[in-house]
Amino acid sequence: MSPTVRRQNPIPVPARLVSGVTVSIPPSTTGSQPLTMAAADGPADGAAGGPRPVIEVAGLAKRYGEVEAVRGIDLTVRAGETFGFLGPNGAGKTTTIKILCTLANATSGSARVAGFDTATQRDAVRRNIGLVFQDTTLDGYLTAEQNLRFHAELYGVPKAAVLPRMRQVLDMVGLWDRKDSLVSTFSGGMQRRLEIARGLLHAPHVLFLDEPTVGLDPQTRSSIWAYINELKGREDITIFLTTHYMDEAEHCDRIAIIDHGQIVAIDTPEALKASIGKDRVQIQTADDQAAIAALAGTFGLDAAVHEGAVTFSVASGEQFVPRLFTELGIPIRSVSVSRPSLDDVFMSYTGKTIRDAEASGTDAMRQMAARFRGRR
Amino acid sequence: MIMVTDTAAPATESAIVESIRVAVPEHGLQHDLRAISIVWRRELIRFRTDRLRAVTALVQPILFLFILGTGLSSLARGSMPGNVDFKTFIYPGVLAMSVLFTAIFSAGSIVWDREFGFLREILVAPVSRASIVIGKCLGGATIATFQGIIFLALAGFAHVPYNPVLLLTLVGELLLLSFTLTAFGVMMAARITQFQAFMALTQMLVMPLFFLSGALYPLSGLPGWLTILTRIDPLTYVVGPMRHAVFSHLSLPTGAQHVLAPGLTWAGWAVPVWLSLGIVAVMGLAMMSIAIEQFRKTE
Repeated sequence: MSPTVRRQNPIPVPARLVSGVTVSIPPSTTGSQPLTMAAADGPADGAAGGPRPVIEVAGLAKRYGEVEAVRGIDLTVRAGETFGFLGPNGAGKTTTIKILCTLANATSGSARVAGFDTATQRDAVRRNIGLVFQDTTLDGYLTAEQNLRFHAELYGVPKAAVLPRMRQVLDMVGLWDRKDSLVSTFSGGMQRRLEIARGLLHAPHVLFLDEPTVGLDPQTRSSIWAYINELKGREDITIFLTTHYMDEAEHCDRIAIIDHGQIVAIDTPEALKASIGKDRVQIQTADDQAAIAALAGTFGLDAAVHEGAVTFSVASGEQFVPRLFTELGIPIRSVSVSRPSLDDVFMSYTGKTIRDAEASGTDAMRQMAARFRGRR
Repeated sequence: MIMVTDTAAPATESAIVESIRVAVPEHGLQHDLRAISIVWRRELIRFRTDRLRAVTALVQPILFLFILGTGLSSLARGSMPGNVDFKTFIYPGVLAMSVLFTAIFSAGSIVWDREFGFLREILVAPVSRASIVIGKCLGGATIATFQGIIFLALAGFAHVPYNPVLLLTLVGELLLLSFTLTAFGVMMAARITQFQAFMALTQMLVMPLFFLSGALYPLSGLPGWLTILTRIDPLTYVVGPMRHAVFSHLSLPTGAQHVLAPGLTWAGWAVPVWLSLGIVAVMGLAMMSIAIEQFRKTE
């Protein structure tokens, strides 16, 4: 009997149709070690008393010739967490993910994923992780189903489980009815969804998403996030993602902010925002330079032009605005007051907005080339 | 905005999905064989869906056989021993050429896969690098041999008989040649990261390989420098046995066979066919091993 799912939206948001259904991954005797039993050497730091962290990184560094891409990172990710790795392009996010996924060797330091060392127990790590890369890694000349089959065979998914599991992951991303289409005919958003489905096919413990929404339009971006959030409810999985979109970090349980290869802050999004404590005020004025001077002179505030507006941080922004109008002495065209966002967090820790950081990024060209290739 | 109508389906749906148990097994021979098989099958699927490639790969050997072959046979008429058609003479060499490009370019798809990301999907899989490379080499060998078989169908136009033993011998030799050429291509592709560079480099190598193989002229009575060059061309060691196979199935005066298919010699010593083919096989295996080693390296 075919399931009577009628989708009318070209980009279907995952429905609660099969809610309550979970894929149980039994503690396998043959390899995929359950995380709670993976106690090997020493107690886990970061999660006192709880299960061992799924990802443990200590003093990780990577150098490419003269360039220090990653300079000593420490972090732990607990089971079931959605952990965001946030930073401008070229900050070292992709390099870190490559090390965690066994695609690159660390110059120094160590990383354990799902209880296995990424340098010495590669195959064990590979069995337990799913990956969605920044650039597409699908074969456009194969159909969606052929791409998944390729993956299933390469990962040694038991033959009897291949078809039902394939159906399940394709249903999850709303692509089951397109399984026989060539991947080259898929839109960018569909390809990304297919990659997510493929990354889940072998029921990994950890799913790595490297910039899962880069290069997609806002509507598709939010639908990808709907799928990711849906997936967290269905699968027993830990998600490690990188992004340079500040708003996406809000979807994470915890985030680490990385800049120039170092972690500058690591906490929940709420805690990071609370640590700022100030509101962000942006004003449009007739004379920005005069306004900046006046803000410094009259109020002792440090302001700068960001995104075309005079921007500064001040405690209790709403109460400050009336004073601003009466005391600044420069005509103000518009005012906006916002609660601290992750953008402000980034700014307060690195002294620049993420866009400013990207503009000066050394690998902006490389990034563009990569995106161009990804789009094909 | 959720636009899915929820009807009586959930019961059946969940019955399907709840039973799924996925546990990726520990590394084993079974797993390696599945990996080899799927990498090989992908080559076949792509060959089947890309008919244009099969057609364009036929163009060059057809040009050599029918244009160059016909043109030169009018020049050679009368002077060929035993009145052998020049087309018959060059047929084994051109047959070898028909797999040359397909084999090497199928390895080039590794470079293509690297540029378009698919290689990463392969390299991050919990499977030995050896099974990936072996699958790739076998895949390239298979499709190149298919390509050769298409050209083999034209044997009659070059007055080569459709003798079953001859055809099987030629297919076997084509398979061996295709395997070694793919292994060579994979070895190169392990190092070269740009498709353009790979194409340029292989184009540069393919023509000398072909011209030095004795595909278009007999290997006896050449000047010393050319004799040495032909003997270090690996393709020579397949073209020789292939021509030997073809000529032993033609009814020719012994004198003519001796001139046209003199057999390969090293400083006067006749190299037996088995050794000749053995050299090609060993080279293929050696290059494949180098490729496996190169894919084991991590940045």
